[in-house]
Amino acid sequence: MTPGVAADTPKLSRKDFVSDQDVRWCPGCGDYSILAQVQRALPDFGVPREKFVFISGIGCSSRFPYYMNTYGMHGIHGRAPAIASGLKVSRPDLHVWIVTGDGDALSIGGNHLIHTLRRNLSLKILLFNNRIYGLTKGQYSPTSELGKVTKSTPFGSVDHPFNPISVALGADATFVARSVDVDAKHLQDMLRRAHEHPGGAFVEILQNCNIFNDGAWDSLTDKNTKADTTLVLEHGKPLRFGKNREKGIRLAQGLRPEVVSLGDGIDEKDLVVHDEHNPAVAFLLSRMGPPDFPTPLGVFYSDVRPTYEAVANRQMEAARAKLGEGDVDALLNRGDTWVVK
Amino acid sequence: MAVPPDVATQAQARRAKPTQELETVTIRFAGDSGDGMQLTGTQFSNESALAGNDIATFPDFPAEIRAPAGTLAGVSGFQLNFSSRDIYTPGDNPDVLVAMNAAALRVNLGDLKPNGILLLDPEGFDEQSLKKAGYKANPIEDGSLGRYQLFVVDVTKMTLGALEDLHLSNKVAIRCKNFFALGLCSWLFSRPLDPTVKYIESRFKKDPAILEANLRALRAGWNYGETAELFAVQYEVKPARIAPGKYRNITGNSALGLGLVAAASKAKLPLFLGAYPITPASDILHEMAGYKNFGVLTFQAEDEIAGAGSALGAAFGGVLAATTSSGPGIVLKQETINLAVMTELPLVICNIQRGGPSTGLPTKTEQADLLMVLFGRNSDSPVPVIAACSPGDCFYAALEAARIAVKYMTPVFLLSDGYLANGAEPWRIPKMAELPDIPVQFRSDPQGFFPYLREGETLARPWVRPGTPGLEHRIGGIEKEDVTGNVSYSPANHELMVRARAAKVAGIAREIPPTNIRGPEVGDVLMVGWGSTFGSLSAALDELRAKGRAVAHIHLRYLNPLPADLGGILRRYKRVLVPELNTGQLLKVLRAEYVLDAVGLNKIQGQPFKVSEIVRKVEQLLEEIR
Repeated sequence: MTPGVAADTPKLSRKDFVSDQDVRWCPGCGDYSILAQVQRALPDFGVPREKFVFISGIGCSSRFPYYMNTYGMHGIHGRAPAIASGLKVSRPDLHVWIVTGDGDALSIGGNHLIHTLRRNLSLKILLFNNRIYGLTKGQYSPTSELGKVTKSTPFGSVDHPFNPISVALGADATFVARSVDVDAKHLQDMLRRAHEHPGGAFVEILQNCNIFNDGAWDSLTDKNTKADTTLVLEHGKPLRFGKNREKGIRLAQGLRPEVVSLGDGIDEKDLVVHDEHNPAVAFLLSRMGPPDFPTPLGVFYSDVRPTYEAVANRQMEAARAKLGEGDVDALLNRGDTWVVK
Repeated sequence: MAVPPDVATQAQARRAKPTQELETVTIRFAGDSGDGMQLTGTQFSNESALAGNDIATFPDFPAEIRAPAGTLAGVSGFQLNFSSRDIYTPGDNPDVLVAMNAAALRVNLGDLKPNGILLLDPEGFDEQSLKKAGYKANPIEDGSLGRYQLFVVDVTKMTLGALEDLHLSNKVAIRCKNFFALGLCSWLFSRPLDPTVKYIESRFKKDPAILEANLRALRAGWNYGETAELFAVQYEVKPARIAPGKYRNITGNSALGLGLVAAASKAKLPLFLGAYPITPASDILHEMAGYKNFGVLTFQAEDEIAGAGSALGAAFGGVLAATTSSGPGIVLKQETINLAVMTELPLVICNIQRGGPSTGLPTKTEQADLLMVLFGRNSDSPVPVIAACSPGDCFYAALEAARIAVKYMTPVFLLSDGYLANGAEPWRIPKMAELPDIPVQFRSDPQGFFPYLREGETLARPWVRPGTPGLEHRIGGIEKEDVTGNVSYSPANHELMVRARAAKVAGIAREIPPTNIRGPEVGDVLMVGWGSTFGSLSAALDELRAKGRAVAHIHLRYLNPLPADLGGILRRYKRVLVPELNTGQLLKVLRAEYVLDAVGLNKIQGQPFKVSEIVRKVEQLLEEIR
């Protein structure tokens, strides 16, 4: 809390977004990096600090708003999108971000997430996916792999996991991206893209819980393996990966993707070219991952569609233009009336 | 006058039959769900209101949109009480029963007064209809209706006859029969037809053939009453002497929505309504969705939780926020309401109660959510509770709920119920200028700002609109440190904050006006009511006072906090009776609060009290005292 400090400085820096509260995540948690990247990215957006609102649900990630020196609300489990929706539609001037986790967004709050995405409210949703329940000390989550042994599943989980990117695409989100907690530059890029997208944005951030699910994303972050295990998406560019970018994704018969090595008669022209505006490509990419495919990182999909708050507020303006500013006395007197003397 | 000349002139000039004046009439229209009885009742009510009568209505319909035709489950009824004096209720037992089929007769006949007027359409008494209603013989023919004034009117046949040359399909033509019945009853009770003619003209504007058919059916019904040898007299109920002013008919749901709009206007704030459709609250959402040019934003959320959540988000954004629902939806909202308690944001939660538990009786009334709204959240969670006592009062109750919410920075429960929501009464239209302003001050000065620094008297924390420079702050559901609002797990601070939240709500009692005692200040029996039983209790009181009984009535508008003078009043009577449409919820609260040996009168049938039920209970208590 920094009461009494006016924020009229024109150029903001990272420290303007750091609140005076001690950060209380476990040492080594991936959340620290994400917090740092958000605090680094926001000053460059050219938006006054007081126009940002961070809203969260419940879980480790949801403590995020307390550490941001912006407006914020730490809500209730799974309900951040509902709270943020009411705020955004009634205050379209604000930049509203949601911070949530795999349990918060996809389990208890699944309903709010999909409806918020389909409405295309301009809410920027950051889903920290660590594939575990951390705050409740280590139960499997809706993104935990099948057979996961946890405190609540000593014989292995029997739940088929959600794929967050597929869920978002299935819910008709207009912007869907994935990044990793420790890839500072890529994550900042994705945050900027989310901010610049004129509508709702969904960013899955692969995040390590070093206490209850340590190393869940190691193969994607380890310097020695990540070139082979990740596929960095760039709009208009062929899908290539590997240490020497020697591998690529080609569509085989029946629109089935396959990993191919370049050379031996296969060149770039044979590869799938990433098109952010093509939902079919986006969905195809969302299904890729180990063991047969690299994990795509970057913007899967981006589409411009009227936002809920814009259309809802336009309806109000249109009603005012047509009927004039409402006269409450006239409203009370509507319909059949009579006078008693 | 838009009424076709033949009808109009009949009404005024050609009084072919003698007129008998009545003070009060209770009429019930009953038929199959598809027979249009709700519309018939509503139009008859509007005609009666325009005739200057005081009215009270009670629509009573099944939860199923179209239960199987002709069955007992599918019977829909609409009761109206109209009078030349002040009335409080839709009447205990009807003087007139209009039954369109055998099932409607079977369900409703038991309520009809002896020698009451019984109007039946024989078309609804064919073999199949009788069987569905469980009649072995046709009651029209077997003499079993001898204790009533039976009028058998071929409503369906005559409607078809009147529309013959319009070449409508049989199915469409039959649908007009409710207007025939309405026309006939309008004649019988000398009601003006204009409101119905106007209604038909506007409702069927786009379908001239149906418009013409319904007008003709209406006229045919009136003309039948006028000319047929069946009715010897025409009745008249003179205008009531009610307070001067401009009036309209209003249902509780309409009044509640208008109250929220008026509150937003008085607070100079935009209004946000987050809601999910649910009976019997949906009409509020429907009406508010049309008020866009009043700065009203309605958000039909994905579920009840998001209805409340979105409203809370809007409140954080600095708008007047409300969420509307009924019991099953309120249960789902309670977690969000507790977040509003913790974040101390203003939020009006409207609970249009219905019969429960669970899905219960969706279209029937009950006042059994009192303990839930008082205590149904985790931990010590004080929320002010206000209850409306009549359809028109929903307007003022909504204004008051909004005023308290923004003044004290707190969620506020506004209780209505199915009976108030759908019931209608004449309502004296207030002028906005007569209503007090609702002052709202957003904090904008960063100097000395702390999110949980409380105002000295109200203990309200400051309301800050996000976007205000220098006042960036975070709130949330984790316990707050006093003054700073930072997360705090300190044991002493938690107790301090729990007590501070309680003190803030308890302090509202300072503003509650002295309790209005109807009847003697000291006496034998005090009736304590709340919510929609106001009408029944008032009528019962009048009856008991007329008999010279030392009985009084108070009606609680504020259920949390309770009025400061209540404890003293309760002790001035030998017995305290708490009539409620539940198993004794306010009774439990009063007993706990005042260690009082009060007794309950409890009815849990999805129906309002009959005045006679209350009178009987009070007489019994008086007997015990003697």
